[in-house]
Amino acid sequence: MPHFILTRIISALAGVLGVISLVFFLIHLIPGDPIDVMLGESALVVDREALRHSLGLHLPLYEQWWNYLTALARGDFGHSLFSGRPITDILLERIPATLHLSLIALMVATLIALPLGLLAATHQHSLYDYGSMGFALFGMSIPNFWMGPLLILVGALWLGWFPVSGREGWNAVILPALTLGTAMAAILARMIRSSLLEILGEDFLRTAQAKGLSRLHAIIRHALPNALLPVLTLFGLQLGGLLGGAVITETVFAWPGLGLLMIEAIQQRDYPVVQAAVLCISMAYIFVNLVTDLLYAWLDPRIQWQSHS
Amino acid sequence: MIRLWLPLCVIGMWGIMALLSPVLPLTPNTVNLTHILVGPGQIHWLGFDELGRPIADRLMMGTSTSFFVSISVVALGLIIGGILGISSGYLSGWVDRVFVRIVDIMLAFPGLLLAIALAGALGPGIENVVMALVIVGWVGYARLARGQVLALKHVEHIVAAQAMGATPWRIMWRHLLPLITAPLIIEASFGIASAIIAEAGLSFLGLGVQPPEASWGSMIRDGTRYMLVAPHLVFIPGLTLMAVVLAANLLGDWLRDWLDVKEPKKAK
Repeated sequence: MPHFILTRIISALAGVLGVISLVFFLIHLIPGDPIDVMLGESALVVDREALRHSLGLHLPLYEQWWNYLTALARGDFGHSLFSGRPITDILLERIPATLHLSLIALMVATLIALPLGLLAATHQHSLYDYGSMGFALFGMSIPNFWMGPLLILVGALWLGWFPVSGREGWNAVILPALTLGTAMAAILARMIRSSLLEILGEDFLRTAQAKGLSRLHAIIRHALPNALLPVLTLFGLQLGGLLGGAVITETVFAWPGLGLLMIEAIQQRDYPVVQAAVLCISMAYIFVNLVTDLLYAWLDPRIQWQSHS
Repeated sequence: MIRLWLPLCVIGMWGIMALLSPVLPLTPNTVNLTHILVGPGQIHWLGFDELGRPIADRLMMGTSTSFFVSISVVALGLIIGGILGISSGYLSGWVDRVFVRIVDIMLAFPGLLLAIALAGALGPGIENVVMALVIVGWVGYARLARGQVLALKHVEHIVAAQAMGATPWRIMWRHLLPLITAPLIIEASFGIASAIIAEAGLSFLGLGVQPPEASWGSMIRDGTRYMLVAPHLVFIPGLTLMAVVLAANLLGDWLRDWLDVKEPKKAK
């Protein structure tokens, strides 16, 4: 077990280093001189040089990279070009909103996917099955930048049950979470169905029923925990789609999280903030995947044996 | 059979409309102030937008944007990902180790996030959208190709070809590529669906095609401001987008069943 944990942590750290480096080079990807892009070509030479020095863009590339890494290690993301505030402060303001939205969206996704997948697998080739999987296909195909406005139109403008945008009030999170959670619910429901279908034919399930357990009890107690194991790994991966989708959903609902921050920063050409937001979301993703992997290994000890051999 | 023909018809219409739109007498950018926000059917069959431009014509223009972007993204992703994945899986050694590292880093970025950041850094424009989506998209094909090659490279006829002195290049393209085409094609059909959504998403965020060019995503974004008075501005491009994406996903599902691709056994 310690060997497995150590390998996974090292590979996650390597991932973090890679992500930081790639995000660092993002600013050098801007065609032409980044200073021109940020200040416009008509800016004074003095201002341009001042910005170049304050961003450290006059140094050799490897030195800039090293400075960026060491500053990050101290928790220093630099300053916003637009407001001049430390980016760490801005991030700390925005993180709770994204965390709030993602967690509720995750709950929404699970609450929709679990009954749908269960219903579809236990009633294979029935109307329930086709209905659930039809919904899943629909959910996978509906883009969140269309579903969001539709939910606003119905839930906020026509019915008046929810606020149109922002994060005021307990119910403000419902529409964005539904928007963000639907796609993940669709994919999870399909996975739960196929995973359960494999398990339902297993001998141990027939034995459980032969020993007098009701079918429902056997499915909930014995089939579901086994079926959810493979779903768990994909759960971590799907979270990536969710975090990426959060950028669009937060923009639709003016939800004051990291995604909206990133889009605002792109519009203001505030590249240090864009870098910091991308980094922050990616780190969260790497962390969640590390935790799911370790959790998976803990729940299913066979994984560690495979990684040993 | 409807599972095949219905999505095939939608995808076929999408392609034909996209290819025909440059030659048809469309007026997507003609502003007519007397027709602002007029609903469907009154003067023109799909109505007019906030500047009095005909929505049907703009929809056609958006069709060609989505077609051009998604086909280029998938084709380039398949070529780059296929070449890198097959080479790394077959050649193994340091090539494979470097490849796996790069793929790990790319996969450490959640979903669309990197594409949005790249499109933001590269600046708006359809070519930059394609570039951003290819940089993010090749990884999936490469990983799939590598996995398939790893599972297949010890198959008897490959070993026989090696024994007869075939070059690695010949083995990769003549013997391995045909074996992994089916899963790559399935992945590509789902890739088209996600590329269409990604292009529209970037355009929705203002990072894709620029006005007066039209994209389904930018049409939805512009329409949301007039949602109460003219919901058709949001409904029409959204429904079109969803129909095409749904068709591409259905086609992918059908292809997977038809080609009956099973996961090959893990390489020892």
